[in-house]
Amino acid sequence: MRNPQLSSDGQLQHLLTLEGLPPEVIGRILDTAVPFVSIAERDVKKVPLLRGKTVFNLFFENSTRTRTTFEIAAKRLSADVINLNIGVSSTTKGETLLDTIDNLVAMNADMFIVRHGQSGAPHLIAQHLSAANRSHIHVVNAGDGRHGHPTQGLLDLFTIRHYKRDFRELTVAIVGDVLHSRVARSLIHGLTTLGTAEVRVIGPQTLLPTAVESMGVRVFYDMREGLAGCDVVVMLRLQNERMKGSLLPSAGEFFKHYGLTVDKLKLAKPDAIVMHPGPMNRGVEIDSAVADGSHSVILPQVTFGIAVRMAVMSILAGN
Amino acid sequence: MKIEIRDGRVIDPRHGVDRNATLYIAAGKVAALGGVPPGWHPNRVLDAAGLVVCPGLIDVSARLREPGFEYKATLDSEMAAAIAGGVTSLACPPDTDPPLDEPGLVQMLKHRARSLNGAHVYPIGALTVGLKGETITEMGELTEAGCIAFSHADAALADTQVLFRALQYAATFGYRVWLRAQDASLARGGVAHDGEVATRLGLPAIPAFAETIALDTIFELVRATGVRVHLARLSTHEGVARVRAAKKAGLRVTCDVAIHHVHLCDVDIGWFNAHCHLVPPLRSTRDRAALRAGLADGTIDLICSDHTPVDDDAKQLPFAEAEPGATGLELLLPLTLKWAREEALPLPAALARVTAEPARVLGLDSGHLGAGADADVCVFDPDAHWRVEPSALRSQGKNTPFLGFEMPGKVRYTLVGGHIVHES
Repeated sequence: MRNPQLSSDGQLQHLLTLEGLPPEVIGRILDTAVPFVSIAERDVKKVPLLRGKTVFNLFFENSTRTRTTFEIAAKRLSADVINLNIGVSSTTKGETLLDTIDNLVAMNADMFIVRHGQSGAPHLIAQHLSAANRSHIHVVNAGDGRHGHPTQGLLDLFTIRHYKRDFRELTVAIVGDVLHSRVARSLIHGLTTLGTAEVRVIGPQTLLPTAVESMGVRVFYDMREGLAGCDVVVMLRLQNERMKGSLLPSAGEFFKHYGLTVDKLKLAKPDAIVMHPGPMNRGVEIDSAVADGSHSVILPQVTFGIAVRMAVMSILAGN
Repeated sequence: MKIEIRDGRVIDPRHGVDRNATLYIAAGKVAALGGVPPGWHPNRVLDAAGLVVCPGLIDVSARLREPGFEYKATLDSEMAAAIAGGVTSLACPPDTDPPLDEPGLVQMLKHRARSLNGAHVYPIGALTVGLKGETITEMGELTEAGCIAFSHADAALADTQVLFRALQYAATFGYRVWLRAQDASLARGGVAHDGEVATRLGLPAIPAFAETIALDTIFELVRATGVRVHLARLSTHEGVARVRAAKKAGLRVTCDVAIHHVHLCDVDIGWFNAHCHLVPPLRSTRDRAALRAGLADGTIDLICSDHTPVDDDAKQLPFAEAEPGATGLELLLPLTLKWAREEALPLPAALARVTAEPARVLGLDSGHLGAGADADVCVFDPDAHWRVEPSALRSQGKNTPFLGFEMPGKVRYTLVGGHIVHES
């Protein structure tokens, strides 16, 4: 089965998932992102790589941070950016997902940045474009259901590489609600592709997907055991609706077992970095002392996120 | 009308027939096999040299989509698909809109089907009103109207007390009940098998034990009530083991598998192929192997198409939102032949799963070619291949995971009640 995001000659056509993406392609995106970081520090924060291109931010699900960082990234590349919050627009009027796409194609879109509540929605759009001979239009998955959030995965990889360099010597722990997390899935694919020595997931059985070991990770239920000797600790956001009911008894009990505190962080390596995709729930998955502490690279992640998204869009546009 | 089907390889699994012979049909019945009936003057002779002549296929689960879903398929289109696929009898589940829960609906469906002069249609009535799982239906009235069994289709029946009483009531009058074993709460929200694939793709999942837990419940209720239960669409390794043990212990249950589950597994979902969104979900390779083993040793009695035509609009959606199901009437024979080849099974043994066995489970005196039987016959070329394409399917539903595949087995003639209703 051919990876649907690569063209027949192996070029990146869409960015739908990190699964199956060759390490060279991931490496190229990360390398491309490096100079984009410094663009943000200039007076004129623009390069003309996407001049004349129209990028549609198609958000079928609410998001502030991801949409904003994509918007900034596209604008810094000089693209025209149109934001559509479809969650409150056409689909509520009964228009189907693909009808919406066809209409935007008719408006000469060059790129779709898609956030959707259903796993696989960006794949569906990419297939539809290809069936309609519109393969020149690129699709970037900005988060689909529980499946993937590849640009988040890439920015996490960028951050780790920035602070740690060689993945083959690293132990990375991903903590919390892995079951519902597209961030975790994308990061796991990225880390295993780059040959990370050990990837761990830490959480209660209710928040770990069945057979998650098959993705190449080691499972820990005990956070203290799981953190021992880690170079990188990635905390996942716990959605409010998961905190009560049959998955977890309470936010408080979750924090007690799986919240990252200064005390627990001491079990990781002394130079360990702490990451979080945001938005954080302070006091639920992470203690403020850690979030704001010296190990935290949570804000640099956001900065790198813009550079990585610029790199992805720039490569897709053929630069 | 006298029809002679000359020199075909006649396979009649129920009577253990597998030989080259000529089949003689008169007055809608099988007149003779081999020996020419006295004073024989056929109106039509069909040359069946090199072809297989077998009883028309009996499909125990084919959704015709009427009433209520005419935009997905109509009786006309699906009856045409049936005979094009060599299917001469079919049972349709009650999950229409409204569901088949009152006699008028059943009578109308039977009447509409009869007027189309195609396959025999055997409605399965709803076990509860509106398939809501609350009130049992008028099973007596529904039986008089033509229902041959009662089921809950794929609708959840979460209340075990209601299920128990429905089975008690059905047992009282000797009605057959068909159940798909799935624990409603464990399956809630799930769209794929709980395993590596669903984990990777981030799809809400249904664990395999949703089936075994439900099977255990059903077995207890069968023991308590003595009802005759047919288990629809078995899907798991453990499920097959449970049914095997139950049968060995003398429990009176039968069971089927959908042809898709004989061939496909969750890996075939690939990158969210909505054509592989089926009910029950496609499970692991291990489960598929167990289903095949269950068919081989008779634990699973028969194969059905679980034909579910779905319109493009309802399939062109993200995997979980896409309507489940696949079109199957025209693929039942080819996929049965493909399975037989892969397993190196003799043709009669394979064809028994779609002729004699479903007839037995439905309680019909058909699915065989004994003298005096209704002349429901399928004549097919086992060596002809065809490509599954939308234009090749009569069914209004073009939704199948097998689009683009080459299939063995082309139906040349279909006869229902001694009339040639399809030829190609």
